[in-house]
Amino acid sequence: MSSETSYLPAGLPAPVPEADGLSAIYWKGLQQEHLLVQRCAHCGVWQFGPEWICHRCHVFDPAWVEVAALGCIYSWERVWHPVHPVLKERCPYLAVLVELPHAGHVRMVGNLLGDPLQEVRIGAEVEGVYEHHPQSSLPYSLLQWQLR
Amino acid sequence: MISRTLRGKVAIVGIGETAYYKHGQSPDPEFKLALKAILAACEDAGIDPHSIDGFASYSEDRSDATRLAVALGLPRLRSATMQWGGGGGGCCAAVANGAAAVATGQADCVVVFRSLAQGQHGRFGQAAGAGAAAATVAGERSYLVPYGVISPPQRFAMRVQRYMHDNGVSQDALRAIAMASYHHAQNNPRAVMYGKPLDAAKYDASRWIVEPFHLFDCCMENDGAAAVVLMDAERAQACAQEPVYLLGAAAGSGPRFGTHGHNSPEYGSANFGTVAPDLYRMAEVGPKDVGVVQAYENFTGGVLMALAEHGFFKPEEANDFLVTANLIAQGGRLPLNTSGGNLAECYMHGFELVLEAVRQVRGTSTNQVERNDVALVVGGPMVSPVSNLLLGSRAAL
Repeated sequence: MSSETSYLPAGLPAPVPEADGLSAIYWKGLQQEHLLVQRCAHCGVWQFGPEWICHRCHVFDPAWVEVAALGCIYSWERVWHPVHPVLKERCPYLAVLVELPHAGHVRMVGNLLGDPLQEVRIGAEVEGVYEHHPQSSLPYSLLQWQLR
Repeated sequence: MISRTLRGKVAIVGIGETAYYKHGQSPDPEFKLALKAILAACEDAGIDPHSIDGFASYSEDRSDATRLAVALGLPRLRSATMQWGGGGGGCCAAVANGAAAVATGQADCVVVFRSLAQGQHGRFGQAAGAGAAAATVAGERSYLVPYGVISPPQRFAMRVQRYMHDNGVSQDALRAIAMASYHHAQNNPRAVMYGKPLDAAKYDASRWIVEPFHLFDCCMENDGAAAVVLMDAERAQACAQEPVYLLGAAAGSGPRFGTHGHNSPEYGSANFGTVAPDLYRMAEVGPKDVGVVQAYENFTGGVLMALAEHGFFKPEEANDFLVTANLIAQGGRLPLNTSGGNLAECYMHGFELVLEAVRQVRGTSTNQVERNDVALVVGGPMVSPVSNLLLGSRAAL
C-alpha cells in the first residue's frame, strides 16, 4: 500500500544515507516499496539498523533481505509540543514503534495513520504504508503504519 | 593480584558552582562560568588552584582542558579526559575517569566539571537536534526525525511507555518523582525553582510535552557551571573539608543498547542492567546500604527505570514505592534528588547531583538526610553510555 499524501507536513529533513553509504539500500528500497533489513547469510541473525558487520558472527557486509511490512505496535507516543516550525499547526501526532516478529523482531519507528487522538494499544497488529515524497528536492519515501 | 578498584583510594575534597540561571540568562560566557566554578571548588578545598594538574569532563564540554590550564597558568597539565557519549550519561564517569588518573599516579589533583551556557551556544536539546533545521538527516536520526521524533523527550518517551505498560506503572509514580524534586528545591536557595512549589493538581493540569511526559516530567534548561576537586585519600586529609570518598564507580551499556532505530534488545530500560551490579561490586555495598540518591532526571520516567535497575524496588512495585512521602529527605525511605536536581535546582547536566551527594555525605545539604554515609549518584538514564557513582564517609570505608 502507498500514499502520496504525507502524515506530517512537508519540510521536515529528508532522510539520506550516511556519507559511507551504509543505509543507501534501505532508503532506495522504500522508494520502490520494498522493506529491506539485514540478515547475515552466514549465521542467519537479523539486524536493524544496519551495520557493516554482523553483530553475532562478525562476517562483513550482512545481506539485505526483503520482509513483509507487517508488525505489531511495541510502543507509542503522542507528541503535543512541536519542536520544528512545520509541526506548529500539526500537534498532536502519533509515533509508533513497530515490531516485526517474522524478521527477528526488529523494530521500526513510524507514524500511526488515522486519528491522532485515537487510543493506541500495545500489541495491535499493523501494516505498512509507503509514503512517497517525490516533491522533495531529494525525493525519498517513508514507511508509515495503519491498523490491520 | 593487585586489587582493581577505586574504593577508598580517591576523595572529593572540594565542590564549587556558579549561580544557576535560566537558559540564556547567564551574564558570563561559558568559559568564564567554568573558571568560576573551578576556583570556587579550590577555595572550598582550601587549595591553591595552581596545584590542579588534570581535568575531566563529559558530553563534549567546550571548556577544554588546555585552555583551562593556560588560563589558570598551571605549572603543568597531566591528565585530560573526556567521556564519550551525550546527555548526562557521563556525569559520574567523568569523576571516575579523573579518579582513575589520581589512583594510578597519572595526576595528583584533578578537577571534574561541566559548564553550559545555552544562551551563548544554543539550547542543548535543540543544539543536539540541529538536524531539525537542516534539509537532510542521516544515520541514527534518519530513522526518527522524518517521523517527528526529534527532541530528547520524543526520543525517550516510547522507552518509558513500554516499561509502564509491561509493569503496570501509573502516571502517579512519575508525578511523585517530579514532586520530590520540587519539594527539595523549596529549601534550596540555589535552585532555579526555589519559591516555585509544585503540587499534584498543578502537575496534573500541566500540558503534555509528549505522552507520557507532562511539562513537569522534563528537565529544565539552564546556564551555569559546577566542579569538584579530586585527590588521593592520603593528600585529601590535609584539605579544608572532611574528605568524601569514592566507594565505587561504573559506566557503560548493556548488550547492543543504543542500536539504531530503537532496536536495543532491552528497550524499556534506563541501561543500568549491567552497570548497577558493577557499581555495587566495587563499592562493596548493596541497595539497602544507600541512604540517599541523586538520580539524573532528563525525564522522570528515566528515574523510575534507573531506581528499579539499582535494586530499590521491583518494577511491579513501582506504584507503591514511588510516592512523594517515600522520596523526601524529611522521613522518606529513599530521599531522592535532595537539591531539586535537573527538574528544579539546575540542569547542570547532572553535575549538580554529584555536588549534592558530596553535601549529603558532609552533612551540609539544605535537605539533609540522617542516613548519609553512603550516597548514590545516577547519570544519564536511557542514553549510552550511562554511569553511576557511590560516595561515602570515612565510616563507610
